[in-house]
Amino acid sequence: MAKITAGIACSHVPAIGVAMDQHITEQPYWQPVFKGFDYSRDWNKKNKPDVVFLVYNDHCTAFDASCIPTFALGCAAEFQPADEGWGPRPVPVVKNHQELASHIAQSLILDEFDMTIMNEMDVDHGLTVPLSVMFGDKTPEDDWGTLVIPLAVNVVQYPAPTANRCYALGQSIKKAIESWPEDINVHVYGTGGMSHQLQSERAGLINATWDQQFMDILVNDPEKARKIDHLEFLRETGSEGIEMVMWLVMRGALEEKVTEVHRHYHVPASNTAVGHLILENHA
Amino acid sequence: MTEKAYEDIPGTFVFDADRSREGYWLNQFCISLGKEKNRQAFRDDPEAHMSKFKMTEAQKQAVRDRDWNGLLELGGNIYYTSKLGAFDGIVFQDLAAMMSGMSRDDYRKMMVDGGRPIEGNRYKSEWEKK
Repeated sequence: MAKITAGIACSHVPAIGVAMDQHITEQPYWQPVFKGFDYSRDWNKKNKPDVVFLVYNDHCTAFDASCIPTFALGCAAEFQPADEGWGPRPVPVVKNHQELASHIAQSLILDEFDMTIMNEMDVDHGLTVPLSVMFGDKTPEDDWGTLVIPLAVNVVQYPAPTANRCYALGQSIKKAIESWPEDINVHVYGTGGMSHQLQSERAGLINATWDQQFMDILVNDPEKARKIDHLEFLRETGSEGIEMVMWLVMRGALEEKVTEVHRHYHVPASNTAVGHLILENHA
Repeated sequence: MTEKAYEDIPGTFVFDADRSREGYWLNQFCISLGKEKNRQAFRDDPEAHMSKFKMTEAQKQAVRDRDWNGLLELGGNIYYTSKLGAFDGIVFQDLAAMMSGMSRDDYRKMMVDGGRPIEGNRYKSEWEKK
């Protein structure tokens, strides 16, 4: 049977992708950001997934204002890295495990999560940056080294789905994946965050204390984490910090007790606090 | 319109359904600049390209003025308006500096030093005392 062995939380700051694409990760500004990913890449090689279920948000790339699905599951055979206004990132095409994606879509809908199904979709930095963080430098000719099932969550137009709903969706994703008969290793990614505000006069807001506490409760007391309301995210972590609801989807897909094998936190990458966790399910 | 608890967060426009409705064509104009053919059209004739979208005169003027906070106030969303910034060759961090009324260098230094602190920046009432 398919098995979820780990969950990964990771910011998806576009500038992290740009730094890798321009090969400037050794610069003093970026060095401390990337140093925290060394462990992750080693760990990823040793615990190589067959499939990554990747929860991210689209930044008005696949979805402009004309269509705003709350939860959109990628069911296409493959997904092209999107042109976000300065040409596509020079990274591999993202290939899906299409049968498993379809199975998850069916299972979630019958479990009463009304998913949007995407049979064509380009993917932006929200999806490709976390893959670059975990899988390292790749060229468009390469393979990512894993299949990827994307789940795009609306966090651009208020309200995003609640933390509680995201956690419950994660629990349903766990059921769906664990009922798939193939013996495969699955990792679930929750991306975005941590505290950041990209707009207006409060731009640049960072709340490191809150971020660290959030990581603590997400790991050890998810029942508390799922109760965080939107107002707290907006006020305490900035208008774009609300992306952290996507970490709850990842956490919901794991066992109640997990082992935190890696944590990395650094301010800043551009306007954002970078947060990263690797959580292993107990065997 | 119901009362919104998040309206007391200072220096922040929460992009909710009301803003989305007001800013729809402004945002669709901005996102059009993600494509080179539209960037070329906007370079060639800004007014003609803007006229393809049913923006209000105030929104058009905010585009002409590159009034970054004004664009947000008129229903723009940062992920959209940043495409206009990119059109001008402004990197995201410098756009953030402009919106918060800081110089590029001061803003960069603030971020490297740990970002804008949360203390004193939670409630509008805290800003009014300043």
